[in-house]
Amino acid sequence: MTDFVAEVSARLKAGQSIEVIGSGSRRRVGPPRSAHAISTRSHSGVIRYEPTELVLTANAGTPLADIEAMLAAERQMLAFEPPRFSADSTLGGAVASGLAGPRRVAMGGIRDHILGVRLINGLGEHLRFGGEVMKNVAGFDVSRLQVGAFGQLGVLTEVSIKVLPVPEVEETRHFQCSAEDALAHVQAWGRQPLPISASHWREGSLFVRVSGTERGVTAAVKTLGGDAVTAVQTLWQGVRDLTDSIFSPDEALWRLAVPPTTVAKAFPVRAMDWHGGQRWTTAPAGDLSPFAWAAAVGGHARCESLDRPTATWQQALPAGVARLNERVRRAMDPQSLINPTQQG
Amino acid sequence: MQSDSLIDALAQGMSRDRILTSDAARAPYECDGLTMFRVRPRVVVLPETQDEVSHVLRTCKAAGVPVVARGAGTGLSGGATPHGDGVLLVMAKFNRIRAIDPVARTAHVEPGVRNLAISEAVASLGLYYAPDPSSQIACTIGGNIAENSGGVHCLKYGLTVHNVLEVTVALDDGEIVTFGSQAPDSPGLDLLALAIGSEGLLAVVLEVVVRLLPKPEDTKVVMASFDDIEKAGAAVSAIIAHGIIPAGLEMMDKPALAAVEDFVKAGYPLDAEALLLCEVDGTSDEVADELAKVEQVLRDGGATELRIARDEAERLLFWKGRKSAFPAVGRISPDYYCMDGTIPRKHLAHVLKRMAHMSADYGLRCANVFHAGDGNLHPLILFDANVPGELERAEAFGAAILELSVEVGGTITGEHGVGLEKINQMCAQFSSAELQQFHALKAAFDETGMLNPGKAVPTLNRCAEFGHLHVHHGQLPHPELERF
Repeated sequence: MTDFVAEVSARLKAGQSIEVIGSGSRRRVGPPRSAHAISTRSHSGVIRYEPTELVLTANAGTPLADIEAMLAAERQMLAFEPPRFSADSTLGGAVASGLAGPRRVAMGGIRDHILGVRLINGLGEHLRFGGEVMKNVAGFDVSRLQVGAFGQLGVLTEVSIKVLPVPEVEETRHFQCSAEDALAHVQAWGRQPLPISASHWREGSLFVRVSGTERGVTAAVKTLGGDAVTAVQTLWQGVRDLTDSIFSPDEALWRLAVPPTTVAKAFPVRAMDWHGGQRWTTAPAGDLSPFAWAAAVGGHARCESLDRPTATWQQALPAGVARLNERVRRAMDPQSLINPTQQG
Repeated sequence: MQSDSLIDALAQGMSRDRILTSDAARAPYECDGLTMFRVRPRVVVLPETQDEVSHVLRTCKAAGVPVVARGAGTGLSGGATPHGDGVLLVMAKFNRIRAIDPVARTAHVEPGVRNLAISEAVASLGLYYAPDPSSQIACTIGGNIAENSGGVHCLKYGLTVHNVLEVTVALDDGEIVTFGSQAPDSPGLDLLALAIGSEGLLAVVLEVVVRLLPKPEDTKVVMASFDDIEKAGAAVSAIIAHGIIPAGLEMMDKPALAAVEDFVKAGYPLDAEALLLCEVDGTSDEVADELAKVEQVLRDGGATELRIARDEAERLLFWKGRKSAFPAVGRISPDYYCMDGTIPRKHLAHVLKRMAHMSADYGLRCANVFHAGDGNLHPLILFDANVPGELERAEAFGAAILELSVEVGGTITGEHGVGLEKINQMCAQFSSAELQQFHALKAAFDETGMLNPGKAVPTLNRCAEFGHLHVHHGQLPHPELERF
């Protein structure tokens, strides 16, 4: 047992509350954490990586950068493309925040790749759920439940994740079009068996990435049309890590997850990803209108500015679902010792 | 008389003729696909509306009566085995496809809709629903959600949990809530993920929105024979090491091949020790590229024979053999028992060898079909229930296989669920604290424990007794087979 696991378990067993962060790089999306938060960064390192099993297991505090470097050496990747808001953004933080990059539209989010976790529950017990195999339906799916839970259900110590091969070839095409036309395009292409691995629209430009075998990509590019794009790496990296200037507006930045077929005019759109499923907008500081915009179309909103008011970190839940959320949280942490500042 | 007051209460919210109480009417519901477990339910109800489901749940909760929900009853782990004192809630009448949205590529369906019916309904749009359990012709989407069903295309296209966007459920007190949404993600905890695969312990599914995929332009399957099962296993790893994620990657061993070929005449080689079926799909160009690579890898891996299905008819024939493995084995043995462990693929040869030893020790034959791509084994243990002791030996052999799966770092169930069947092996896979955590989560949804009680998660008492059983078994003729 490492010092981190021992310390967290001991504190929880003693009935002391605890706040946990990874590298702290995702503060812009998560619930607030105080300055007393313990970092998982000391609990770092890849435990097992077997390329032909398509599985990697690492301690929660392992930087994504280390993991991705190791995978790249075997031409594999984290197919959900977790955003890296800093050089030491951790695997545990990626699970807790549940964020994904542009490839999510084709390959799914982190919930679709997580295979198992170890975590310390509110009783200080170090437990293991799921495992290192692709198919596992023994017991409730507690590992998937951790994705996007922002550490409300336990302190993650170890994560097993499915990894996938890097596509042989990728190419990005550019189209000049309105948001409305962009949606029409991606919807039409989405109904065809084309190897599209990302779409991103902003300011009259639609970018579409195709991935696959050499001949597959060449044929898909022919079907799609559009223009070639230079500086492709920079484009997709900026979209993935939100470092592109489009994500640094003068007003507060909001992310809305909506049904992808939501009309372009439903609310002002600054940028879109995932065939329209993820949309970015802005609002003056303190203006909470995006919550109503998202709710009106069956989606949800989150303010992603660093100076956002605490209350805006998450859209309000329907009453029945909110009650179950609270009961599930209590089932994992009966005394509300883990990350107590984000509750209530 | 207790029974009558329950029926009166149920009849206040739904038509009496859909409340089955006679022996003859209840008899067909005694078991699910795991026919060795039979219990006649106290009452069978067939609600037609969501209000009726809520009414049944409220009534049963007030009366302290257990409720077991059932779809088509094709499950293989006894998840829908009735409770003798309880109500069996049959969701078969919820069989409408409510809406299909070809632009969003979603289908909104009721839980009693059959898995294959979804793909059939959207075929003309060039779309399909990806998870394809072998029972897809009969099994329902509600049951698929309860079990997180898989199929032969999971490695590339995922399980039920990867292909369902939203479920609306009735809770123990009849309240109706929705988990997930048609947006890519939802605020709060991912209760959708928790509900899927929860084996009817948390809620009753009322509505489902599934994700549809465009049908691939082209699909090709290659059949490779091996004279050694270890080589076949290594070839599977080599395919993945070459950066290919096949749409399907299946293995059968010699006994399975013999049974299947005799039944289906799929043209399988009978002298092979192991057969691989590898399917690639995508655009025609992608398929051509990947197929060439796969052929090369299989040849380099020592395949003794390679055959690519010439046309769609032959491709379907190759698959028909694999998909008929269970009935084929049913023809050569009075009874068979299908197991469902998943293992890290690298341990395949070791596990198969150990199983061959066990087969000799238990004196029962075993045929293996295997979702090789994702490590999910389906050993079929052959026995004759009319021969005294064979059923018990089959169960013991099955249990030993599951414990072996856990021992090598795998799991006791890849896609069939724990149900009643594997409840003892849960004690081998999880610690007491982990099992207690499952019980706490169950109580968060269902405080009184009325939904499908006694399934999926063993009580700690049961595990303690199971421990005793093990010691007792240690005195049986095969002590070397017992492990903890």
